Amino acid sequence: MARFATSWKSAAVCIAIGVLTLIFLPTFIDDFTLIEVTIYLVMAILAMSLGFIWGFGGILCFGQAAFFGLGAYTYAITVVNLGDSTLPFLLSIAVPALFAALLGYVIFYGRLSDVYMGVITLTVTLILFNLVNSTAGPAWKIGNAPLGGFNGIPAIPPLNWPGNTEQTITPRGMFNLSLGLVILVYAGLRALIASPVGHVVVAIKENEQRAQLLGYDVRVYKLFVFTLGGGIAGLAGCLFANWGSFTSPTIFGLAQSAQIIIWVIVGGLGTLVGPVVGCMLIQWLTSQIGTQQTFNSNLVLGAILVLFVLLVPKGLVPSIGSLLGRIGSRRPRPQERPGVATHEMLAEEKQA
Amino acid sequence: MDLAAVVVIQVLYGIASLVIVSAGLAVIFGMMKVINLAHGEFVMLGAYATLGAIKVGINLWVAIFIVAPVVVGLIGVVLERLVIRRLYGRMVDTMLATWGLSLLLVGIVTSVFGNTTAGISTPLGSFSIGAYSVAVYTLLIIAVAIVLGLALRAVLLNTQLGLIARGTMQNPAMADALGISPSLVYMITFAVGAALSGLAGGLLAPLTGVVPTMGGAFIAKAFITVIGGGPAILAGLIGASTFFGAINQIAAFVSTPVIGEVALLFAAIVMLRLLPQGITGRFFKGSL
Repeated sequence: MARFATSWKSAAVCIAIGVLTLIFLPTFIDDFTLIEVTIYLVMAILAMSLGFIWGFGGILCFGQAAFFGLGAYTYAITVVNLGDSTLPFLLSIAVPALFAALLGYVIFYGRLSDVYMGVITLTVTLILFNLVNSTAGPAWKIGNAPLGGFNGIPAIPPLNWPGNTEQTITPRGMFNLSLGLVILVYAGLRALIASPVGHVVVAIKENEQRAQLLGYDVRVYKLFVFTLGGGIAGLAGCLFANWGSFTSPTIFGLAQSAQIIIWVIVGGLGTLVGPVVGCMLIQWLTSQIGTQQTFNSNLVLGAILVLFVLLVPKGLVPSIGSLLGRIGSRRPRPQERPGVATHEMLAEEKQA
Repeated sequence: MDLAAVVVIQVLYGIASLVIVSAGLAVIFGMMKVINLAHGEFVMLGAYATLGAIKVGINLWVAIFIVAPVVVGLIGVVLERLVIRRLYGRMVDTMLATWGLSLLLVGIVTSVFGNTTAGISTPLGSFSIGAYSVAVYTLLIIAVAIVLGLALRAVLLNTQLGLIARGTMQNPAMADALGISPSLVYMITFAVGAALSGLAGGLLAPLTGVVPTMGGAFIAKAFITVIGGGPAILAGLIGASTFFGAINQIAAFVSTPVIGEVALLFAAIVMLRLLPQGITGRFFKGSL
């Protein structure tokens, strides 16, 4: 099963499921449900961005929400100013990526350890939250776009065909775009992980010192992974701003960052499907909790996080995977390491 | 002149409140290398304990200095036994689990007390320096911070308990061989850290609104102070509090409180880039 998880077959299966959903799901459900599903997909992209940098790059970022929020705000501000959405769409990826590169430079070239990394990313999220939150009032605007402070930015213009501001995206188009991008991001990341660069990235996660002794500049690779993760999170932020035509400082908040981490932990660290599955499950759960009054969502999410860390540290997808693997083959398998994509498995894959 | 005196008091107050808010975390992180992301919620529980104690008619000072630390210390013991104990040595997992605890505690308190702000009026009144008025409670905070620093130093250096605790943190296997149960020492240390956080909550309750989510406001500041301080618990705590507290208050004085907070966080990032081991990683090496 572990071999299956890193093989091309699993990627093909996942992409096939994605494409089939893209084609057939809209014919089964009404537009309202489709819009609900769209937000799940947008968040799935965000979940994958953390799943990639944490599960494969070994970088635990407590502030992935910062890049997400930055993407949303970049899109909102530039699209209000420019009218046409093509450049804002690209900027909403580029600006968070640049910001991640800058932050990554401070962290990786300063050789800060995991703990400091966590604290710095947390701090940056709080700085952004505090700054944006305090920009209420007409004095704070960039170009024609008022920042709105804690009120957020309402009525963000939706995406349009490049060059034609009349032809804006429909809810169904939004669904297609989001799912298309989910598939694209997934396929792209899988291809990257299977490439020589990806192998070095995973090697650094497994044993940083050894990779360094083999002559790889660890800092460059980590910076690359972190920047890419920031750009993907920014993309999700742009879609989020489109989905609700609204963005507010709460998306920079600690609660948002915590959610992303919970998605990845619940779904499974070291896989890309895991974060998506975790994201869908947890979002569905929070929307269910929202409909009743007995438990509040912080309580349930907190309990889930504690229980998963204590009892299911590998997450759902790898746990189910190894369970199926054990049923599927009677042969005793060598004990798996917590991260799914280890060197040995990559080697196995090559042989196969 | 009057203004200068007021500014000095405000800066001292900024430093003192950082010391108070971070002391519990400094003990838990410095001694046990456990990253307690539920620290802010311990502070919040301390504030609620104080509030609850006052509501049932207990004297304000008893509520702040006895009820809050004892209640939160006990909660700390329970959480340590149930969760933290299983995760020693797994730093990232502890971070995640304590973050889960933090959400859980916010959730429980919201369910029980509701998501509303409660307040305690600031006791002791105020006095005036020239045209400015300063709350006496501000001075009390400064005094408590000084006493807290001295007491921590005395306990760690001069008592049997401090010796055992420091020894166990340095070499648990050796302590075990000498007949001391590391598990028990960890539990007590965690409880002491939690109790200090509870005390911070009690002391801050009259100054800030008491809400279930109030912990979030402290967690980042406390963390930066402790991490910025570096390996020496006490010297780091005081050094980093002085540095960050002064920056925070001066920036807040020049512009707005929000900019003050941002200046503090920004200074922390720059400082960690320059001194990755914290202040005591470079200076005051070998101090406590």
